[in-house]
Amino acid sequence: MAKKPLDFDKLVKSYGELFSMVQILDKDGKIVNKSLVPELSDEELVELMERMVFSRVLHDRSMALSRQGRLGFYAPTAGQEASQIASHYALEKQDWIYPGYRDIPQLIMHGLPIYKAFLWSRGHVEGNHYDDDLHVIPPQIIIGAQYIQAMGNAVGQKLAGKENEITITYTGDGGSSQGDVYEGINFASRYKAPVVFVIQNNGYAISTPREKQTAAETLAQKGVAAGIPSIQVDGMDPLAVYTVTKAARDWAVAGNGPVLIETITNRFGPHSTSGDDPTRYRSQESFDYWEQRDPLIRFRNYLTEKELWTEEHEEELIEKVQEEVLAAAKEADQVEKMSVSDSLKWMYSNPGQNIQEQIEKYEAKESK
Amino acid sequence: MTQQLNMVSAITQALDQEMEKNEKVLVFGEDVGVNGGVFRATEGLHEKYGDERVSDTPLAESAIGGMAFGLSVQGFRPVAEIQFFGFVFEVMDSVVGQISRQRFRMGGHLDMPVVIRSPFGGGVRTPEMHADSLEGLMAQAPGLKVVIPSNPYDAKGLLTAAIRDNDPVVFLEHMKLYRSFREEVPEEQYEIELGKANVAREGSDVTVVAYGYMVREALKAAEELEKEDLSVEVIDLRTVSPIDYETIVASVEKTGRMVFVQEAQRQAGVGNTVISEISQRSILSLKAPISFVSAPDTVFPFAQMENLWLPSAADITEAIKETADF
Repeated sequence: MAKKPLDFDKLVKSYGELFSMVQILDKDGKIVNKSLVPELSDEELVELMERMVFSRVLHDRSMALSRQGRLGFYAPTAGQEASQIASHYALEKQDWIYPGYRDIPQLIMHGLPIYKAFLWSRGHVEGNHYDDDLHVIPPQIIIGAQYIQAMGNAVGQKLAGKENEITITYTGDGGSSQGDVYEGINFASRYKAPVVFVIQNNGYAISTPREKQTAAETLAQKGVAAGIPSIQVDGMDPLAVYTVTKAARDWAVAGNGPVLIETITNRFGPHSTSGDDPTRYRSQESFDYWEQRDPLIRFRNYLTEKELWTEEHEEELIEKVQEEVLAAAKEADQVEKMSVSDSLKWMYSNPGQNIQEQIEKYEAKESK
Repeated sequence: MTQQLNMVSAITQALDQEMEKNEKVLVFGEDVGVNGGVFRATEGLHEKYGDERVSDTPLAESAIGGMAFGLSVQGFRPVAEIQFFGFVFEVMDSVVGQISRQRFRMGGHLDMPVVIRSPFGGGVRTPEMHADSLEGLMAQAPGLKVVIPSNPYDAKGLLTAAIRDNDPVVFLEHMKLYRSFREEVPEEQYEIELGKANVAREGSDVTVVAYGYMVREALKAAEELEKEDLSVEVIDLRTVSPIDYETIVASVEKTGRMVFVQEAQRQAGVGNTVISEISQRSILSLKAPISFVSAPDTVFPFAQMENLWLPSAADITEAIKETADF
């Protein structure tokens, strides 16, 4: 047999082999990688679980509110609690978040009042009116644009000499195909910007499966071309997501530049509540497979084993969060209506003749 | 103190003086550092202010726009260069989809003091897809300001105002104007108000409204027609979004005749918008239909066809005469 001087097949397979998924807890909550177990106190472990339960309840209630017509656009989050909440748990208050539209739980964990999240969903400007110390940008709709903006934000943090501060941004497996994602990680590499890029690979864009986004074996390997550390983590394992994100943050804060993280996760429900039916593109086996890997199951098992968690505590918590969410929905009902004349004033800090003329016109109309 | 400067030097000076005054001003783009930009608009700035404040970006326009967005959130005043405005399609989402909308999205609680500078316009025989008059695309986007200087004095004052303005400004520099002539420019800083047109030449018979390089051609036509006892008023828009209708209306009420001149194709630019507005606002003052001088509705042409394609002083002269004789 002739010698094969250039083995392209071997070459392409070698890329994916570089990225074995980091896991600490298996699906049943057993430690499989002792050396990576994070140094979290018992209180912190419980707090992390409480936040994940919060997120699941928020999801359940949001689905119900959507059905009642009390929310606008809503992107379900069930299944992604470890990916979202545990990555956020590695952040500090001063860090900036550039979220995608499914990343509402991280915004709430960072300090966004729930009623404001609901106002954003309903399409009210107050949903994007933040306190000065809430370092977030409204959820991005153009699924890769947050990557280049987060990069710019991090370049700014670095130039301003903010030493213990990073930017984190989230996209999905669908978003990872956007040109802005490549441009963002590449610019961040060139500027050594302190930014953590997360690709939450939840298996599907709306209906398009991960396999149809790219032939690349992993999404993590997309960071290789930018010359930055890239890592794939079990996105259903809160300890692994926390550990990897914390390490990425430490790396960025130390002045080494960006990190790309791919979380292998899953969305249990539809893409959004605007008519998506996942049974059109997913088999029952797929739902079953992922529901067995529910991050809440494994973390509950882990904490119960450690005698840190009880069923009663979880039930009490669920009830409390349900009330909190209901109160937030009521609070969102109380907000003042918007007016066109006000919205004209949001356009420019220093408006031209067209805006001034139109403010007068609409103010006259509104005062009738 | 004044000095004789061409437009590109006036732009460099505006950048330099504002960077010196305000350390939040950052300049970045493709080849703007050591090389000073392909047109040398950022000449000397890298040497003076260093790598952090004057940086060469990787060659990806969308991310240049995204970087401007993020830097604004962090309190900087980014002045990004898009190397040629023909490349603007690569950064459309950042500029028109994101930066322009952010203040509105946040209910007026976040300013985006971004300046996007870019060389545009034709007549200098660039390779294809470099030259174009795409200001109309920007002018149709709510949330942006679009500024186009026609001479060195205006370029310095308008750019200084643009950098200090808290709203996003697309600042378009006509390539043919960069080095075509020098004029007196004050050494000290000054601002020219955005959103205000300039009466570049007073006249009483016909109003010509133009912007960018076409202001030069309109002035040539006006001078030519003075010999024929036709008094032409030339209005330089300076800002094509938002437009200063007050100045145009006052002139049209005086002359009763208007010619709009743009280098862009007839379906592009801002001519259609201005003509429509003036028709609504000043119809009873008009003694003749508004005339519209523009390039034809083809793609920006091959280099060897540019001079046939671009509107000229002769075209403007003809249009003015027809309007005056109507």
